[in-house]
Amino acid sequence: MDLVLVLVIQVLFAMASLALISVGLAVIFGMMRVINLAHGEFLMLGGYSAIFATQHGINLWISMLVVAPVVVGAIGVLVERTLIRFLYGRMIDTMLATWGLSLFLIGLITGIFGNTTVGISAPLGGMAIGNYRTSIYSLVVIAITVVLLVAMYLVLRYTRLGLFARGTMQNPDMAAALGLSPPRVYAVTFGIGAALSGLAGALIAPISGVFPTIGIAYIAKAFITVIGGGAAILSGTVTASALFGAIQEVGTYFTTPVFGVVITLAAAIVLIRLLPQGITGRFLKRWL
Amino acid sequence: MNGRRWNGGGWNIAGLVLVGVIGLGATIGLPMWLELASLLDITVYLILAILALSLALVWGYGGILCFGQSAFFGLGAYAYAIAMFNIGESTIPFILSIVLPAVFAALLGYFMFYGRISDVYLGVITLTVTLILFNSVNSTAGPEYHIGEARLGGFNGIPSIPPLNWPGFSGSPLDLNDLFYVSIVLLLAVYFGLRWLLVSRFGRVMVAIRENEKRAGFLGYDARLYKLATFTLGGALAGLAGCLFANWGAFVSPTIFGLGQSAQIIIWVIVGGRGTLIGPVVGCIAIQWLTAWLGTAQFTKASLAHVVGPGIADALSSVLGFADLSNTNLVLGAILLAFVLLVPKGVVPTLLDLARAVVNRRRPADDLVSDKAEGTT
Repeated sequence: MDLVLVLVIQVLFAMASLALISVGLAVIFGMMRVINLAHGEFLMLGGYSAIFATQHGINLWISMLVVAPVVVGAIGVLVERTLIRFLYGRMIDTMLATWGLSLFLIGLITGIFGNTTVGISAPLGGMAIGNYRTSIYSLVVIAITVVLLVAMYLVLRYTRLGLFARGTMQNPDMAAALGLSPPRVYAVTFGIGAALSGLAGALIAPISGVFPTIGIAYIAKAFITVIGGGAAILSGTVTASALFGAIQEVGTYFTTPVFGVVITLAAAIVLIRLLPQGITGRFLKRWL
Repeated sequence: MNGRRWNGGGWNIAGLVLVGVIGLGATIGLPMWLELASLLDITVYLILAILALSLALVWGYGGILCFGQSAFFGLGAYAYAIAMFNIGESTIPFILSIVLPAVFAALLGYFMFYGRISDVYLGVITLTVTLILFNSVNSTAGPEYHIGEARLGGFNGIPSIPPLNWPGFSGSPLDLNDLFYVSIVLLLAVYFGLRWLLVSRFGRVMVAIRENEKRAGFLGYDARLYKLATFTLGGALAGLAGCLFANWGAFVSPTIFGLGQSAQIIIWVIVGGRGTLIGPVVGCIAIQWLTAWLGTAQFTKASLAHVVGPGIADALSSVLGFADLSNTNLVLGAILLAFVLLVPKGVVPTLLDLARAVVNRRRPADDLVSDKAEGTT
């Protein structure tokens, strides 16, 4: 019974962390059809911002939940203004340019912080479940992810900002004709996507540590989640991360963590072959 | 058309002759002028140039954006290494190192092209496949992971791979001079082979599909089949490069599958120019040379001060905290960004356009025709 509970927490945590690292990418891809290959580096920058802020005396939770998203969001807006906006409609060039940005950021951060792992210890310690122990922090990450997804749903569904976002997503020309400025919506969207990535990177930092190339470890997982999920930002991210999170944990349980990831990636390729439009391209079409 | 016009055909023949002359000159001249160490450096450029050509074909002419060309490169290298430890005579390992990546490319290509997966997802899938291979091979460090006599070695890689030998003579391995000759001859053979392929019926259909897949389909060509064939050939060429690469260093490690390797191949092709063959070769050699130079030249604060003045260097390094700017990722990333934004066609096509504009300046009426006659270079 205790074992089952611990395993359930692990699976939930795998799902939540997949959703967390993917949601920023999903916002950018779903809204703008831009595949941001520098997504992993946005996560990495989030981690560094949080750790840097903590080391300079700012409260850990404020560093993670406020500083990291704000810093990375600002970087995101800067990137959109100086780079992405010249490449709208050229998906492949966008992928290549963001790949260049990814290498550039890895190089820059290696130059500044060195090629070493920095970390902060996970707060809150552990908790006993029968004979097993689990970290309270992972429960917090699950809770934050759920809150974040619910908040995003409410914003998209019930606010003016959400209405603008959905309108621009469905038909940019019509939105422009009604007086919205799609370039501004795109800039804001990219900033929000980057901020979400920064938040995710900061929340993961206490678990895995941060090093300049950490983005590579996450980028494939984030991509398969977003593409496996399909066009609907929220339901796509949730369904795909639930599916892949479960596959990954079951695979890890029976083999090793590395092969758990390998099995997940292979399953994702099969899924994309079967459902090229993603899960929400076939099911849940009308959902957000 | 009127004989005086310096049109596409003229450029093509001039280009072919030029490459032939340079190739022949390098084959004869380089071993005479250079010491063995420099020759060894050149050899790896030639080997990687074959890899660059494989993506030049698949992406530049097939229009298939493969982010995972390094998967086939790595498979070729590993196939050669593993087979070599088990067989000991290099003929079969050499063939395997080409056939195995080709078969893998064919399976993957069948999966993607017949699944009608779009361009962008294709990029993501090939990237994912590369990461799968990297993760899998990286985690096979223990002695329990072996194929026959060959231990996979995980992240440590496979050291002391036996060199190629002349077919049938297992007692006479290739020395480093021989490897240079083999590499340059194979590079030239691949180059001229691809040039021939591109003027053949197959090549023309391939380019037609790149230009407009639907229209080619309406004309009765099965785009999926042509793409699959192109992709498979690209895999085979990358495997060949991998085999030579495993010979060059007598070593392979999983980083050969890594994202960094894939990014480099893409950068060679972008810098040199999509839709040309000589461009990616030039791009590959230039970027590799630059990378090697960055690795040896230390851009310390002192050398920075030499260029921009001590005041600015002090300010820069105190703001950024840079001790060392000789950072390959930083430079490669900046190059990739700059080329996508500013020179999206790549160096060679841009230069050719300029040259054409200069030569044909007095005959503006011909411009329309000469644009259409733009051929393969």
